[in-house]
Amino acid sequence: MAAKTQRVSPASATRSSSTSGRAKAPKPAPQSSRRPKASTSRAIVPAYPTANGHSSSTELGLAFGSAWTYAPAPESADHVQIQKRYELFIGGKWQKPLSGKYFDTISPSTEEKLAEIAEADERDVDRAVTAAREAFDRYWAPMRPIDRAKYIYRIARQLQEKAREMAIVESMDGGKPIKESRDVDIPLAANHFFYYAGWADKLQYAFPGTKVRPLGVAGQVIPWNFPLLMAAWKIAPALACGNTVVLKPAETTPLTALLLAKICEEADLPPGVVNIVTGAGKTGQAIVSHDDVDKVAFTGSTAVGKRIQKALAGTHKKLTLELGGKAANIVFDDAPLDQAVEGIVGGIYFNQGHVCCAGSRLLVQEGVHDVVIQKLRDRMANLRVGDPLDKNTDVGAINSRMQLEKIRELVESGEREGAERYSAPCALPQKGFWFSPTFFTQVSQSHRIAREEIFGPVLSVITFRTPDEAIEKANNTMYGLSAGIWTDKGSKIFDVAQKLRAGVVWANTFNKFDPTSPFGGYKESGFGREGGRQGLMAYLEAE
Amino acid sequence: MARVRNLSSTSVRTNGSEKGAATKAATSSAITRPSADWEPIPLNVRKAYKMYVGGAFIRSESGRYLQVAETMVRGERGKKENIPRGSRKDARDAVLAAHAAWGGWSKRAANNRGQILYRLGEMMDARSAELERSLEKGGSKADDAVREVRAAIDRTISFAGWCDKYQSLFASLNPVGGPHFDFTIPESLGVVVIAAPRRPALLGLVGAILPVIAGGNSCIVLASEDDPRTAITFAEALATSDMPGGVVNILTGHVKEMLVPLARHQEVAGLDLHGVDAALAREVGDLGADTVKRVRVRSLSPEKWFDHEATTSPLLIERFIELKTIWHPSGA
Repeated sequence: MAAKTQRVSPASATRSSSTSGRAKAPKPAPQSSRRPKASTSRAIVPAYPTANGHSSSTELGLAFGSAWTYAPAPESADHVQIQKRYELFIGGKWQKPLSGKYFDTISPSTEEKLAEIAEADERDVDRAVTAAREAFDRYWAPMRPIDRAKYIYRIARQLQEKAREMAIVESMDGGKPIKESRDVDIPLAANHFFYYAGWADKLQYAFPGTKVRPLGVAGQVIPWNFPLLMAAWKIAPALACGNTVVLKPAETTPLTALLLAKICEEADLPPGVVNIVTGAGKTGQAIVSHDDVDKVAFTGSTAVGKRIQKALAGTHKKLTLELGGKAANIVFDDAPLDQAVEGIVGGIYFNQGHVCCAGSRLLVQEGVHDVVIQKLRDRMANLRVGDPLDKNTDVGAINSRMQLEKIRELVESGEREGAERYSAPCALPQKGFWFSPTFFTQVSQSHRIAREEIFGPVLSVITFRTPDEAIEKANNTMYGLSAGIWTDKGSKIFDVAQKLRAGVVWANTFNKFDPTSPFGGYKESGFGREGGRQGLMAYLEAE
Repeated sequence: MARVRNLSSTSVRTNGSEKGAATKAATSSAITRPSADWEPIPLNVRKAYKMYVGGAFIRSESGRYLQVAETMVRGERGKKENIPRGSRKDARDAVLAAHAAWGGWSKRAANNRGQILYRLGEMMDARSAELERSLEKGGSKADDAVREVRAAIDRTISFAGWCDKYQSLFASLNPVGGPHFDFTIPESLGVVVIAAPRRPALLGLVGAILPVIAGGNSCIVLASEDDPRTAITFAEALATSDMPGGVVNILTGHVKEMLVPLARHQEVAGLDLHGVDAALAREVGDLGADTVKRVRVRSLSPEKWFDHEATTSPLLIERFIELKTIWHPSGA
């Protein structure tokens, strides 16, 4: 894949070897060797590369490259302490796993090991659920709501104070660009705790006319795309509503959840209110099927979500699912096109496309198709793919080898099925997992790349003539998580937004999140909402 | 039943009597009185009970039927009546009808939906005697039947009022950062399958249907196996109430036989299981997970259904709606 997109940076080898220095965290890598002059790989931006990804020989167009170089701008990781080994956080203590097993978490941008992580088995999960139950009965449920609020505020504050460290670890462990973890993931996570802390003593006003009570122990399983943010989305409302939690972070990105456990410890949160157990799918399965868990919250793939729903059928456990998506990003011919192109890029290449609500299907009105594609290519030519810790990086590393293979497989199916591929002409480092930002034109609705969630930086472009056709195509999917609308006409936004079967609709923007704004899917994208007053519903019994 | 016996004895006697009596019978427009114990009541016309799908009363495509016994009502001994036994195919047809009706129903002005539910209340009130009699035939005591029909009418009037009010309770204006006007609104879910509670046969049925259709959904209701006749009598009120065909579809027969294929059906978005036994609820929940259906299980005691305040909570509407968050741009 990398080879296909030309202009492999002569310095990319240097870069990967230098980044290995960074992986052994506290040690700062010398500035000069950390990242090659970005300009070497970007000096000449091919004007309008042809559809197969090769640049045309005539170097016309936007030549930012030579005139506009970026010096390496690495975020210093010298004050970040990553332990060699992390145990399970159960009952307020760091406990060795009864399984006796550990697994490695690596940096996807260097493939180097960051730490050893305990693998919880069923007995460990049982210990965690028992601790959570005890904490629910002894501390958390009887506590004055305003004190619960103050504990959650403490967590929020601590997150803000440790924001820089959190952002660096998030980018190291998950591969996302530092500018995203720094400006999006971590502030949103802290804000989420801030927001829900305030609800803790106001629950009786949330659903007037009803009596609300907490559910008990919440078992929560989260994915690897927004590791800390998803932990915040799960833990903050659960605690605010008076529940205790057992949370399992994804096996490829456990570090920030473990740092969050440390924050809980430092906040003197009563033991067992938050328990973090690490492991893979089996650990998650042990949590959702544990008899003493009252509520299960899962964010992840639709396939796993369905398995969980099946396992819970006929039980009294309350369930919320936030699953996959295949969002349509609809660009009408009256849209502000430059703004739309920014939104398209942000919609699909944000976080390497590892976003359940990513705008992975671009629906463009026929009249503006060519110009939108042209602008998209121009914009993509200036995307900077590489070192997640460099502050200029736009697109980081693919989260894992497994995910990279899945993306490759689907992209190959797109080529096989006859869609036309374009990949940004950027250099990719030799080590680590990388995929060049890519889009397909000539996509038909039956293609796999138009139907299946790729969860990578791959966009499928489909055209339409009328608004009705756009709506029909947008809704023609089993998913219904999100959608985008680009137009200059306000009434059209309201009309189209109401006809789209999706839980979140962004108009003239995309991939925006806020703790006050409910998020969640229609159809097979799951049920339940996270964020806002409505997000409390998942963690309360209302009568 | 008494009439039936009289009729057969009449015909036997007429055939066997001399010419004069036969002539008298033929010339008189009224019914003759062949013997002293014969009552001069015009022959009643029995109703063929049919399921209600897409606004039409239909038999099962399978041609099958069940027989439902009638308990002694007002001095008349019970007899058996035929009720259609709905099939998988009937269930699939009902999904088509419900899905076709959903779009129009959900797009109707909320106020208009409320008026249609109010009209349903009017039709039920006008048919209250018939509904009461049906409940009695299904085994209710006369007083209980009166109370149940009144409660069912109250429930209908109450939900008529909810149709244009729950939106403002569930919706929110979300104070997000940035140049956005961000709000969340409730929307209907789609086709919901309801397994109605066995008892109370009318109030449980109505109480399960109302929150679902008030929320803009269409539904397929599997009537109580204990008293399916009442569900059909209720359908006759529905049919005369301005309710568009297909919004409420009522199937009779064995619940399990229809519930299982409906739980598998791609176009069904939600399942509302009232008093379904645990094993079946589990099986159906498992099948529903293949398409991530919203499966809600609820089991109220018969008396709890009469608690007007508890059973008219907007939370019941909330069980089958979706919430949509829209980020509208703000700025010049």
